[in-house]
Amino acid sequence: MTKLIKDTTRRGALKTMAGAAAGAATMPLWARFAQAQSSEPIKIGFQQHSTGIGAAYGRWYGRTTEAAVKLINENGGINGRMVEIVAEDDGTDPKRGAEVVEKFATQHNCDVGFGTLFSHVVIGSAPRAGELKLPYFVVSEGHHVASGMLNRYTLQPGITDVKSQVQAMAPYVAENLGKKVTMVFPDFAFGHDHRDFFTAAIEAQGGEVLEHIAIPPAETSFTKYFPKIPRDTEVLYHVMVGPAVLTFVKELGEFFGPSRPEMFGFIDSLEAVAIDSPGLEFLEGTYFWEGMPRHAQGDQSEHDKFYRAAVGVNERGASVSDPTDISTYAHMFGCWETLYVIKAGMEAAGYQGPGDRAALIEAVEAMSDMPESRAHPQGAKVFNGKTHQVFGHQYISRVEGGKLVKVHTTSIEDTFYPDEVDYTTQPL
Amino acid sequence: MELGPYILLASLEGSVTAAVLALTAVGLSLVFGVMRVVNIAHGEFFMLGAVIAWYVAHAMGGHPAIGFVAALVLAPLLVGAIAVAADMTILKRIDYDPERTIVATIGLLYIIQQLTLMTYGPEARPVEAPFNQRIALPWFEWGEKGFEFYFPWGLSTTTYKLAVIGAAAVVLCGVWAMMTRTRIGLLMRATQADRDMALAFGIPVERVYALVFGIGAGLAALAAVLIVPIQQAHYLMGADPLLLSFIVVIIGGLGSLPGTVLAAVFIGLSDGIISVFFSPTLAKILATLLVGLVLVFRPQGLFGTRTA
Repeated sequence: MTKLIKDTTRRGALKTMAGAAAGAATMPLWARFAQAQSSEPIKIGFQQHSTGIGAAYGRWYGRTTEAAVKLINENGGINGRMVEIVAEDDGTDPKRGAEVVEKFATQHNCDVGFGTLFSHVVIGSAPRAGELKLPYFVVSEGHHVASGMLNRYTLQPGITDVKSQVQAMAPYVAENLGKKVTMVFPDFAFGHDHRDFFTAAIEAQGGEVLEHIAIPPAETSFTKYFPKIPRDTEVLYHVMVGPAVLTFVKELGEFFGPSRPEMFGFIDSLEAVAIDSPGLEFLEGTYFWEGMPRHAQGDQSEHDKFYRAAVGVNERGASVSDPTDISTYAHMFGCWETLYVIKAGMEAAGYQGPGDRAALIEAVEAMSDMPESRAHPQGAKVFNGKTHQVFGHQYISRVEGGKLVKVHTTSIEDTFYPDEVDYTTQPL
Repeated sequence: MELGPYILLASLEGSVTAAVLALTAVGLSLVFGVMRVVNIAHGEFFMLGAVIAWYVAHAMGGHPAIGFVAALVLAPLLVGAIAVAADMTILKRIDYDPERTIVATIGLLYIIQQLTLMTYGPEARPVEAPFNQRIALPWFEWGEKGFEFYFPWGLSTTTYKLAVIGAAAVVLCGVWAMMTRTRIGLLMRATQADRDMALAFGIPVERVYALVFGIGAGLAALAAVLIVPIQQAHYLMGADPLLLSFIVVIIGGLGSLPGTVLAAVFIGLSDGIISVFFSPTLAKILATLLVGLVLVFRPQGLFGTRTA
């Protein structure tokens, strides 16, 4: 008993001393912080799919982000402050995603969160970002931002959404490929966006979808789904994601053999996969949506040339250091452009620190035209501050001699649809 | 697609699943039968086989067949060696205690999976098949001109898929021959029947255990090498084979080789056919329901013998 009291007393004494020491140490820190606030780096939390089904995208989103941040810092940073990326792996998992967002806000003291791609992770993470009032810039393509499902702190200013993409594709498909379509898509939010919006869009063109074939996202064997494709299908519409995309496209080729219907795919089915991989010869003459043409085109803009060189991607869309490492070129520009939007927003808001987060949201909401430039190498865009969604050109490419050749560019107006939400009415 | 060709295609696809599943599950069943160890890390040995196959095929270069054949030999041997080492350093130290081996192999699962992630990375990488020609299959019908053949859209398979089914059958016959016709098979069966009596007769039970654990893991690795040209090597690919192997082994009867093979064929084919006609989720639901029914009404499995 005596011993216990003695022990406690000693501990108490130590505690007091430690507390006093900490208090003393804080004083100069406070002073330093007040004096040199503007030299603290701006911290951008990067929610990266380093592992899990989104790993290929995560790798290239990482490289694009690094390249953009390097360039921004070389040119003086944001408001004179350097940008620091704090990358955290979310395992392409919604639950982990929400935890990562929380870490950004409470542990790393990030100014904003950024970079999430997979729609289920965005949907899982965005509510937490809203609660923590952390501006959350997603690069996801999902329609969930513009549909009003999320909140005022979630924005998608660097990449267009599936609804506008498929709506702009439908006229081309109906006019050039056929009107009887069968759709194959992954069975989660992103695939459901394709199912719902393309079906409506092709019907508006006088076409019809004969069959919807949903495939679980973790599936590894696909041939068993293909017999559901009706015989009178004129166009097969395919979009797939995950580590098994190469198997998916190969088995599609083996299924049809020499007598395939017309095919229109979203390049997602082949992101990070070489178009000239063995077994993919049947893709010759098929069509793909591309967010940004993977292979350098004849009319390549100087901005695309600059962006390619900065990220380290060759004219075939592969890493310059390893030609077998194919990029996710149709999506990753979204990271680059989003970072430039964050920069523009922070500069417009005179952003100083987390206290100015609401002002940052309002500054981004006030944006509209984004001309094609080094900051927007994919093309000109129009941002809708009410729906927090950006709109831009879409590209259709045809496989010719193992190369993706751009055959059609949509206008930005082709991708517009009526607003479904006005986030600016929500409190900040 | 018409019903006839549809069923034929579903059966072909199901047979490939069944072939690979049978190999994997026989490995799991062997380990349980002889050692009474429930090996949760079995799926990771499967994954390791695929990943090593990629490394070997990648290092060899030249014609894809050279790399593939080298992988077919090296991957099961390497994985077997890793398993033997795991048996001697971990399982032996905890005296093959049923509860503790389950926990230990769960640990092994995470160690193997995360080490693969740290070295091989999160990408799915393909291994090229040594040969792969598409074979269009004919179907017949009673038309106006009587009996005639035609080629329906999509009714096809590839030479490689047929080779996988053939190879699995050959290996399974080999395992059966080893168990029933060789001295080492006799030692394994003796150990399975009564460990203490085997020990009393001078059978080196610990060495038999290490060998069985190695062979079980090697079979899983072999199955993975066979499937990797169709699918791709990925660090998370071990989960599905593990689950399906347990389903197969429970239905077939733990420790019964013929039961395991029959259950694998049954689950593989029904998975193929039910997924094609209804939905893949329903196929999994029915397989799990069957496991539940077997556990309630015939806990020793359809072909298992009741132990005292």
